Amino acid sequence: MARAPSLLAVGRAQLERDLRLVWRRRGDAAQPLLFALIVVALFPLALGSGATMLARIAPGVVWVAVLLAGLLTLDSLFRSDLEDGSLEQLLLSPAPLAWLIAMRVLVHWLVTALPLLLATPLFAELLQLPRPLLVPLMLSLAVGTPLLSLVGAIVAALTVGIRRSGMLLAVLALPLFVPVLVFGSGAVVAASQGLPWSGAIYLLAAGLALALVLVPLAAAAALRIALS
Amino acid sequence: MAPGMQSPDPDHPPLLECRGLGFARNEERVFGPLDFRLRGGEALQVLGGNGAGKTTLLRVLAGLLPAGSGEVRVEGRVVDRDHLARGSAFLGHLPGHKGELTALENLRFTAAMQGSPVAPETALASVGLAGFEDTLARRLSAGQNKRLALARLGLTPARLWLLDEPYANLDLDGIALVNALVSAHVAAGGSVLLTTHGAYAAPPVPVHVLELH
Repeated sequence: MARAPSLLAVGRAQLERDLRLVWRRRGDAAQPLLFALIVVALFPLALGSGATMLARIAPGVVWVAVLLAGLLTLDSLFRSDLEDGSLEQLLLSPAPLAWLIAMRVLVHWLVTALPLLLATPLFAELLQLPRPLLVPLMLSLAVGTPLLSLVGAIVAALTVGIRRSGMLLAVLALPLFVPVLVFGSGAVVAASQGLPWSGAIYLLAAGLALALVLVPLAAAAALRIALS
Repeated sequence: MAPGMQSPDPDHPPLLECRGLGFARNEERVFGPLDFRLRGGEALQVLGGNGAGKTTLLRVLAGLLPAGSGEVRVEGRVVDRDHLARGSAFLGHLPGHKGELTALENLRFTAAMQGSPVAPETALASVGLAGFEDTLARRLSAGQNKRLALARLGLTPARLWLLDEPYANLDLDGIALVNALVSAHVAAGGSVLLTTHGAYAAPPVPVHVLELH
């Protein structure tokens, strides 16, 4: 009997496969970035060029754009794997399912959130965000987006068994996303008013630590239920 | 000889044993209760018409569905769903590999996940797909996709194979291929549980038959 492969080897294989799949469908992968860019670019056009007003709503706009862009790709997290039977094989593989799901969420974050994070300085410029606020904005997004991906993974796992679950997924995910949004954009708003803003980031970081441990386990259980 | 008729042997418990195994969906019986044993080196053919519960039985044994009633023993020990999920190789109706990856990339992934000592190239050649290494799986025909799925079996160390309709979509060569794979696995001491809805193909090994109604 063959030796069971190490977690690291299994994780790398899963990462490699998922990233390769993203590369093969790279047109789809660019969708969240384009979506967020369009939202952010439309706001100044719709509101006129009142720089002070734009600067005031900028943190919220960037946060909402990033959140919705992430939601856009959430349904595809497990959907295609369900349709071609790869999900069955994933469930039956000797490696712990939670670990494989953690890898999958990592890919979702790398593909959806990381490009948005890198594009945030551009978004900030489009919305005339004051330069000093860029640091709190980037920091809150850096901590908040992995949390969004993780929480979203549970919802995606729960709804994967239901056909055309897009609406349900959004309805289930939004209330869970709200606290992240409130603390994330709240930190930037606090910073803009000269108030201490690190507290909200710490809270997000605590939530992220908790989610990193619990979400893969919860999503694994949800997937098992969804496939039954 | 019908399965389940052998005398119990405490030193060599059967690879798979089901006692009163049943499954119900919305309080409607899908199959069971079933009692059968499967020893290493044996194959069990599950027969039954459409909707007789063959696929459900295999999914329960693969650990994809929780058993409704009864117990499953693997090598004499009562096991839960997670243990079943790790201990068997399952081939279902769906291909189980990605259309956007090439045949070889798909098998490399399986080999890495299973820690297989067998080279993916060897597994691919063993199902007659040599030369299709760099073909995207979605460009392969239905029969070739089935062969690619069969190639995965060669990469898992699992002793118990659960094959759901392995003959579907295959040409005569493909049917011979399934039979050869099953014979080799059984000869090596493994067990195979396979479903067919007709008796048009059966592996050339000692086969027990379990009929579902």
